[in-house]
Amino acid sequence: MAVSLTPEGEVESGAAALGRNDLEKLEIELLLEGVFRHYGFDFRAYAYSSLRRRLWKRIEAEQLSSVSSLQDAVLHDPAVMERLLRDLSINVTAMFRDPTFYVAFREQIVPLLRTYPFVRIWHAGCSTGEEVFSMAILLKEEGLYDRCRIYATDINDNVLRQAKLRIFPLERMQEYTDNYIKAGGKRAFSEYYTAMYEGALFAPALLKNVVFSQHNLVTDGSFSEFNVILCRNVLIYFDKSLQAKVHGLFYDSLATFGMLALGSKESLKFSRYEHCYEELNMREKIYRKVL
Amino acid sequence: MFFDLIVVGASWGGLDALTVLMRGLPDDFAVPIVVVQHRSQDAESLLAELLQQWTGRTVVETEDKQPIEQGHIYIAPANYHLLIEDDYFSLTTEAPVRYSRPSIDVMFGSAAHAFGERLIGVVLTGANEDGSRGLQCVYEDGGYCLVQDPATAEVATMPAAALTRVPHATKRALPEIAGHLVDVARNGPPATYVRATA
Ligand SMILES: C[S@@+](CC[C@H](N)C(=O)[O-])C[C@H]1O[C@@H](n2cnc3c(N)ncnc32)[C@H](O)[C@@H]1O
Repeated sequence: MAVSLTPEGEVESGAAALGRNDLEKLEIELLLEGVFRHYGFDFRAYAYSSLRRRLWKRIEAEQLSSVSSLQDAVLHDPAVMERLLRDLSINVTAMFRDPTFYVAFREQIVPLLRTYPFVRIWHAGCSTGEEVFSMAILLKEEGLYDRCRIYATDINDNVLRQAKLRIFPLERMQEYTDNYIKAGGKRAFSEYYTAMYEGALFAPALLKNVVFSQHNLVTDGSFSEFNVILCRNVLIYFDKSLQAKVHGLFYDSLATFGMLALGSKESLKFSRYEHCYEELNMREKIYRKVL
Repeated sequence: MFFDLIVVGASWGGLDALTVLMRGLPDDFAVPIVVVQHRSQDAESLLAELLQQWTGRTVVETEDKQPIEQGHIYIAPANYHLLIEDDYFSLTTEAPVRYSRPSIDVMFGSAAHAFGERLIGVVLTGANEDGSRGLQCVYEDGGYCLVQDPATAEVATMPAAALTRVPHATKRALPEIAGHLVDVARNGPPATYVRATA
């Protein structure tokens, strides 16, 4: 029994009562369960310590003092849920992020893709689209764009809407230009955009073969068969069990000899799908499905 | 062993300090060590290789969901926050905290939560105040706190800030830190150390 009553009738926690950490964990589980059942957002298997950190940030910002009080606020006030959702989705991205990845893509993947008449690419967790535009530029420069169809998905509708606008902050163009050069870019980066008052407007031709759509890696299934899947810096937010589930989805969605590209600090090594793939580039985390 | 994990934070001057630390630790000292060293965003992942020269233990740059193993030294990769779950790591690209990513505070905080009194936190040389709040978490969760004597630090700001926030932390000159860690891990904190009261 977890609690008992003292002779004065007060509740006292007994031998099975939870320690401070475990109690907090219980509160977090209850909050996430509530969010899922009431709003449909499923964060139940996201990586715990990062989730916990962000929950506490929201608790402090709302001037509350416990996870349970946040649960109360979130369940009764959609505006609080909205703010929490913003905290929980991390959309940090950049054009030609990790330039060496794009160099490896040009050198190792592009030659393989040239042998296909038609190429299907999936950017899973594309955020505001920077990665998609980078890939489109690379494929254009390699003369492959016209035979590619790119599916770019994210759980978050707002970032997809942003991506479709083709406008990116002007103040990041210097950084992106540097990345583009390091990534083996073949032209002047400024050829791809027009500087406007609202930002850098990228050429519509880059999106000609791109389809943006909402897709939740946790709850939605496979929707096509791909030759390349890129899922970079998304799985780090999931716990091990959810990662395994999503790796199952990628495996099912890849054609034989299809390529999977993860973020540079992510790895198949700690998942149970390792043996299904060969490493094409260990450093850049590019794998090829062989089984 | 009295402790299951050691976390170390360093900034300016850290490479030299970490080298001294690595050279001082015996190869058979198996407590896993996690290091956050501030460096530039696009620094090549050389730190692990540099430190590997000085120790027989395995030094690796940490990847997402990597398990924490005995005898290993884990380096936080540039441009990610490193978080500690119960027995493995996770990475995040959340915004820098007080201009740092990786942030020592963030890593220490998650380690303190996961390891409580089985944790040792060490703050070395540096020119900012990262690490002091994290060390406070280590202290408050019952862990052991060790700070490089600012007088022996290449830059004193960081260890001095840590001592201000955690006045009960033990202070040691750089060359003594490795030996002290081995001693504390095997025999427990010195009798004079004031542990946080729950
Ligand atoms: C840090 S961004 C990565 C952007 C880009 N791939 C990159 O590496 O630069 C992570 C993205 O994953 C998305 N995400 C998080 N959970 C998701 C889920 N369950 N299904 C699909 N996308 C998700 C977030 O909305 C966010 O846009």
